Amino acid sequence: MAMNRRDFLKVAAGSGLLLASDIGSASASTPETLPPQAVGILYDATLCIGCKSCMVNCKTYNSVPGGALFLKGRDIPYETTHYEQGIWDAPVDLSSRTVNIIKVSKSGTAVNKDSTENGYSFVKQHCMHCISPACVSVCPVGALKKDPVNGVVYYVEDRCIGCRYCMIACPFKIPRYEYEYALPQVRKCQLCHHRYTEGKYSACCEFCPTGASIFGKVVDLRKEAQKRLSLKTGEEYDFPVQTVDSKFTMRRQVSKYINHVYGQTEAGGTQYLMLAGVPFDWIGFNKNIDKTFLPELTWAYISKIPAVAALVIGAGTLTWAITSRKNKDKGES
Amino acid sequence: MNQKDIKVITPFSTVLIFIMAAGGLVALYRLLFGLGAATNLNDAWPWGLWIAFDVVGGVALAAGGFIIAGAVYIFNWKKYKPIVRAAIMNTFLGYLMAATSITLDIGHPFRIWHPMVMWQVNSIMFIVAIHVVLYTSTLATEASPMFFEKLKMPTALKFVSKIMVGVVIFGVLLSTLHQSSLGAVFLIAPSKLSALWSGSLLPYMFLVSAVLLGLNMVSFETILSGRVFKHKQPMDILSGLARGSLIVAVLYFVMKIWQLATGPGIGAAFDGSTAGNMYLVEMLVGVILPMILLMMKDLRSRVNSIFTINLLVIAGIVLNRFNVAIFGLADYAGRSGMDYFPSVMEFILTMAMVSFAILAFKLSVKYLNVFPEGQH
Repeated sequence: MAMNRRDFLKVAAGSGLLLASDIGSASASTPETLPPQAVGILYDATLCIGCKSCMVNCKTYNSVPGGALFLKGRDIPYETTHYEQGIWDAPVDLSSRTVNIIKVSKSGTAVNKDSTENGYSFVKQHCMHCISPACVSVCPVGALKKDPVNGVVYYVEDRCIGCRYCMIACPFKIPRYEYEYALPQVRKCQLCHHRYTEGKYSACCEFCPTGASIFGKVVDLRKEAQKRLSLKTGEEYDFPVQTVDSKFTMRRQVSKYINHVYGQTEAGGTQYLMLAGVPFDWIGFNKNIDKTFLPELTWAYISKIPAVAALVIGAGTLTWAITSRKNKDKGES
Repeated sequence: MNQKDIKVITPFSTVLIFIMAAGGLVALYRLLFGLGAATNLNDAWPWGLWIAFDVVGGVALAAGGFIIAGAVYIFNWKKYKPIVRAAIMNTFLGYLMAATSITLDIGHPFRIWHPMVMWQVNSIMFIVAIHVVLYTSTLATEASPMFFEKLKMPTALKFVSKIMVGVVIFGVLLSTLHQSSLGAVFLIAPSKLSALWSGSLLPYMFLVSAVLLGLNMVSFETILSGRVFKHKQPMDILSGLARGSLIVAVLYFVMKIWQLATGPGIGAAFDGSTAGNMYLVEMLVGVILPMILLMMKDLRSRVNSIFTINLLVIAGIVLNRFNVAIFGLADYAGRSGMDYFPSVMEFILTMAMVSFAILAFKLSVKYLNVFPEGQH
């Protein structure tokens, strides 16, 4: 027997399990449609020149209160692993100090851009902001939430117990943990949602000089991505810079695209979309990600719990009633 | 051997106390300096030894309590009454160990109570957390008569025996859900967990294998206690447990084969990969070999052979938990180039937990009436 979340809550409430809890907010935590005002990012690897301006500015603008990397008393968390006294920020992967990273994949002589033959391609990795995020559904305390309006998946530090189930559940390996601190936090891109009230948007898009990363409403970004896929290779196109509806555009020739928008269907759809000239698994993305909403996998189990509870209690009581009577009949009791 | 004759301070106990003291220092170090300082966990390996053995393994090792309590109080199988207290005590200690370990494993031990007030019903981890708390309290209630007897509190004793059947039914329910939930934890990561173990059957296989492990743990502990404390071995109980093990082992074997055949295919276990080999070891040691041995009736009636079978099942099912929580994720986690092998401190804490369980059981045998009905 399966039931939907609302029914489950009714049953849970009816059986007196609902004591002093803020379950109302929990029930809304696994949405299955794109929020109306959902915002996101479209990254076009063919436009990326690997300047890492997005990385630098991500760290700068997220090290302020409300930002994804903010820690009281800490400066911008540059990573200088390779240079003990160095000033260079040189992360090699996402970490608790780097929530956005540009990586490069290359083969052979690596001279041809966006090619797997003696070529290379950049890729930008950060939180995908899933429509139905696995991390949000698995968090036992609701420390990861999805904004019901703009769809941003964000972190509420003071709820988090640090079980790290979000790290197991995320199919994109996004959440990272501050193992180095005694009071650690989960770190991930929060799409600069602390900047929206000032009328700003994601720093990585604001400071991208080529329009490789553009910010906007997901519906518009999806249209833009489809439009680019429909263009002919070599044709000229005015690529918007910073935001999808920007007046500031850059005219350049269209490169060859792989006919797939990464994030359109992966994990049921995400608010971060990607275009590239090379296959996505070549630039490090998992091809075997389910096309369905991941939270449904666990919900299929959880929804059976009330029925199992009723069954075990009923069958247990009945068995006891029968066996203890039998014992009495035998005069053993 | 009389309770009075059990010596508290023996060379073995001294070693256990020493390990526990070291574990205490590790716990303190972890609290002061964080997980990074005490463990080898990293972003590719968020869960390690403590989750795989102390928590996921520990809870499975503690499955004996609900099975024997259910058999005695719900099914009224009086035969198993002599071991019900020992089984409950062991389970209680196992859960204390799992609860302590998870508290130290989470990043914010002092927020361990958060799930109790910040409900999130979509989360298996929330379900698991609620069950740990409720079932540990239930076990404390099931074990309380031993303490009430010792403390000479007849009114409390009478009250607990009146509600015992209800408490046991509740405990069976919680265990059923808790054992399967620990498998359900991994349902969310089909793209990470090797197909040798993943799939929608996982929670049910965790439950059935926990029952198999629980029966063998109880048998193992009964034989071991009998040897250490010089009791006569209760052969009818041991053969009964062995018969039960055979039935559950056959069921578990069918489930495992079905899962393999409908999932990655039988061939996946024989592809020579680390995961494939681990799967084969787990199946041979924990399921196939015990099943064949248990089918021979004369082996089921000999203490030594039962003891060997118990050890095989325990090793095999604990390996299964390691496979699901660690080795099954290795292929995926390894792609980022990060490796994991538990740190010395992780090993010390795990050993301290096991030492605690052994020593606490010994003390309860000495000071409480764990083995009633003239077994001494």
